Amino acid sequence: MDPRRTARTVSDPKVRQVGFFTPPPDHAISDPPRHHDPIQSPSQSSPPVNDRSPSDSSLSPVMIPPPRHHSDALLRTALQATSPTKPFSPSTRTVMIPPENKDLRSPGRKVVYGKSPSSFSGVKASSVPASELTTVSVVNLALGISGKILTAEEAGGASVEVQNDRRASSKPLKEKTSKAERRALQEAQRAAKAAAKAEGSKASSSASKVVTSENTKPIKATKPSSQKNDGSQVAASDKKGGDRAPEKDRKKDAPHPRMQYDDTSRVEKAKKRAVVKQTEARNRVELFRHLPQYEHGTQLPDLETKFFELDPMHPALYKVGLQYLSGDIYGGNARCIAMLQAFKEAIKDYSTPPEKTLIRDLTARISSYVSFLIECRPLSISMGNAIKFLKSRIAKLPLALSESEAKTTLMLDIDRFINEKIILADKVIVEHAVTKISDGDVLLTYGASSAVEMILLHAHELGKEFRVVVVDSHPKLEGQLLLRRLVRKGLSCTYTHVNAVSYIMHEVTRVFLGASSVLSNGTVYSRVGTACVAMVAHAFRVPVLVCCEAYKFHERVQLDSICSNELGNPDAISKVHGREEINYLDGLVNCENLQLLNLIYDATPSDYVSMVITDYGMVPPTSVPVIVREYRREHLWS
Amino acid sequence: MDFQVVVLAGGTSKNLTPLVSKEVPKPLLPVANRPLLYYVLHQLEQSNLKDLIVVVEGEDAALLVGSWISGTFVDRLHVEIAAVPEDIGTAGAIRAISHHLTTKDILVVSGDLVSDVPPGAVAATHRRHDAVVTAMLCSVPVSGPSESGSSGGKDKAKKPGRYDIIGLDPGKQFLLHIATGAEIEKDTRLQKHILHAVGQMEIRSDLMDAYMYAFKRSVLQEVLDQKDTFQSLKHDVLPYLVQSQLKSEALLNGIPQAEENGNEKFSSQNNQVLVSQILFNSSIPSFHKISSVDPDGSASIRTHKCCAYIASSSSYCMRLNSIQAFMDINRDVTGEADYLLSNTSSDHNNVIGPSPKLGTKTTVGPHCMLGEGSEMGDKCQVKRSVIGRHCRIGSHVKVVNSVVMNHVTIGDGCIIQGSVICSNVQLQERVVLKDCQVGAGFVVTAGSEYKGESMARKEK
Repeated sequence: MDPRRTARTVSDPKVRQVGFFTPPPDHAISDPPRHHDPIQSPSQSSPPVNDRSPSDSSLSPVMIPPPRHHSDALLRTALQATSPTKPFSPSTRTVMIPPENKDLRSPGRKVVYGKSPSSFSGVKASSVPASELTTVSVVNLALGISGKILTAEEAGGASVEVQNDRRASSKPLKEKTSKAERRALQEAQRAAKAAAKAEGSKASSSASKVVTSENTKPIKATKPSSQKNDGSQVAASDKKGGDRAPEKDRKKDAPHPRMQYDDTSRVEKAKKRAVVKQTEARNRVELFRHLPQYEHGTQLPDLETKFFELDPMHPALYKVGLQYLSGDIYGGNARCIAMLQAFKEAIKDYSTPPEKTLIRDLTARISSYVSFLIECRPLSISMGNAIKFLKSRIAKLPLALSESEAKTTLMLDIDRFINEKIILADKVIVEHAVTKISDGDVLLTYGASSAVEMILLHAHELGKEFRVVVVDSHPKLEGQLLLRRLVRKGLSCTYTHVNAVSYIMHEVTRVFLGASSVLSNGTVYSRVGTACVAMVAHAFRVPVLVCCEAYKFHERVQLDSICSNELGNPDAISKVHGREEINYLDGLVNCENLQLLNLIYDATPSDYVSMVITDYGMVPPTSVPVIVREYRREHLWS
Repeated sequence: MDFQVVVLAGGTSKNLTPLVSKEVPKPLLPVANRPLLYYVLHQLEQSNLKDLIVVVEGEDAALLVGSWISGTFVDRLHVEIAAVPEDIGTAGAIRAISHHLTTKDILVVSGDLVSDVPPGAVAATHRRHDAVVTAMLCSVPVSGPSESGSSGGKDKAKKPGRYDIIGLDPGKQFLLHIATGAEIEKDTRLQKHILHAVGQMEIRSDLMDAYMYAFKRSVLQEVLDQKDTFQSLKHDVLPYLVQSQLKSEALLNGIPQAEENGNEKFSSQNNQVLVSQILFNSSIPSFHKISSVDPDGSASIRTHKCCAYIASSSSYCMRLNSIQAFMDINRDVTGEADYLLSNTSSDHNNVIGPSPKLGTKTTVGPHCMLGEGSEMGDKCQVKRSVIGRHCRIGSHVKVVNSVVMNHVTIGDGCIIQGSVICSNVQLQERVVLKDCQVGAGFVVTAGSEYKGESMARKEK
């Protein structure tokens, strides 16, 4: 099991890169990072490298030297690329300072740090224009202080201090830097922790270490990034400044690596941010450890007690979150509508704080809402798409718009999204699907899909004579609700559980299924059990029609239902609802040998799907990527 | 979060006659040397509820309470005091301040609630279900001096079964029936149609209405407007709302939106119906929805939801509405529930204020509290008692299971058991009190013995 997963994580980024960008030039790939040493070091930074490498190599012998170089080069190239835009060229400064430092440091490390601030400012006064001097000297002072703290305290404090320095030092630079340079700095910050940790452990020469980290910050920066990515990435970032822009785009395009919940350190970090108190379920099925699963009993009461303490949260959002958490609202469309309506309320009550712009602040606000909702329950794909839509609308607001105008525009946009993408789409789907229903048909549906329900009701209104088989499954038994509504309308129905689907399939002429999402390889991502029903239908040569609004389509490709899924409350399957006398699992739930798996979704391969009925008509599953592409380009994101 | 908080602090309650007086209204009655109202306000403050309306009965009491609040919670809470005439009941009190209420929902808290149940939980439950009213229920506290064994006649007089009869749905989320203890004589009537709709009702008598309600403002105001005779929230308004929850057309006519059909305006009416239907269909239906849908499928009958939030059994929740409850709360707050007093750092189970002067061989047992500036003579014993500020206690005095308020003078050789002694009382030598209440300013003559009596100064 483990080897298999590691294999996937390794291969994953590779696949992604193939999909999204052209392979970098040959020399870039073939060049090992170390190879750059002779090329670049002669120019400026070889002495410091030699000076420092022995001490650092004891920490991580392999990683440190190459990335330092290439990112040094990176910074330099970046500066070169941007230098024409600036009145004075800071490239000289960056070249100058590091050797100076190292010279100071090299004679006696323990002595130096007390002196270093003064010597620094001296250097700066001579070589750098005045405006730069002030900012950097501030950093130096902070460094001196941090050095003292470091000696007193242990390594733990170091990382914080160093980071602060980073931020302070990067800020002044940022104002006058180009994109490329900013990117380098960003990388530096991202890597700050790793670098700081490496330094912090060296307690003896801690002060001087901090100094080096400050000066050679971009150098360390790329270390983790080069660890993560393979050779092509490193090579790509080594290219000249002109090539950087596409690379940046690529970075934006690449999907965020999904949070893997078996990565304990990241989970810990996420937990600190979380509003909802999440206790990890202890006994998780091995194969699904990477998915979040929490103890369900404690979340709701805990969130409820914090009702008045979550000040920034809008009440409407809070209510929706509670409803997600308690399962009061379910289903892709309903959740999406509820969320959008809550967003609308929030936007209505929103007012831009002073000294902030609406576009930025509202986006941040929405993001915080979204992360709250994710904590309540992982987002569905439909919600993700709706959020993307809303954010892009916010980002594209004209700057000239007044706040109230912007708010009305956004609220109208939300309404439009609900109307066009969900309600109208459903109507169109119904129109299309009804043509496939003829008298005497026996239609099978699984679960409770709002689109399928509308189709059935509409066909009934048209006076078609057909019979419905509602297939249901534990633990949610949503089918019963659908059944209740259908029977009330006078449809003739059969109700069965998914276990019996192969027997009932004999008499079925068409299968209508709802979907949570249709992925771009035609895979239908839907309520667990859908795949089983579709497979049986396929075996019996019964056409399977999947009804899904186009806003739920996603460009992702997914081959199985393991890598991305949602885990429900395991208690829901261990207890049989409504039959208290069946309690065979009582007392076993916390047993280590027992692992309960309550999957929410599954992936139906496109082979089993005859047709996808969407608001753009009836298409074969192979045409989904076309719709994703067109839809995305023309309707939402541009 | 769009909630307003109304604290019904009360005035001079009749249940606590010897203890409360014009000078010390009920909100300021010291419980473990803190005014009763402190517990509620402190808890609200902890929940980040800083805008409060405190309703006090009587102008004088309101002045006293107001000055205390402004002295204690200055810069921490934004409190508005409203004085209402006495004897208009809780419903009347809300009526009186009705025009100040603006938010969507209102949290009504009784001022005599001593509890650690977060009010946010009640509010969240209310919001989640979009309920008309949500009541907090807590398990009936263990009453009486459980460990002391001194059960006086006064305590025995307290009838069992004075608690509320509460009907819940199987999911324990909705309130189906509520009858408060006082109204129940021999039998209680259940609403048949509610029972029919739900199918199953759980009747419980081990729960107590804790008098913390979240109301939907519009509904509350309308009920109060329409029903002039309603006096009390607990006895009139809540049962009315609970009983009418399945046929609330009359009630909710004035409200433009039904609860579950959201309040969104769409360009097309048709679309709005569809949206609300999608939402409606894909939320777990409560019995309200099921019963509100006619057999032909159209939702015709308006319903509203009455929810219950049941506090977990581990939390502390108690109302100070009788002398016995006063004793219990004093005992608990100094004892097992001492976390309610936030700033006490009691390592050894008793709290002794700064600079008490204790004589030789005087013992202060666990679960005791001694206010600042109190003096005690030699060879005294204090067990499970609260002694207020600036008391002067002579030698050979025994105080067990009692509450002694501020500025009390106790002569030598007194024995006090299970009693409440209010401020400025003077006990002369060798007084023996058992299960007594001594009103403020009373003087007990030397050598007298009382058992189970309540003494108060004659009103001039």
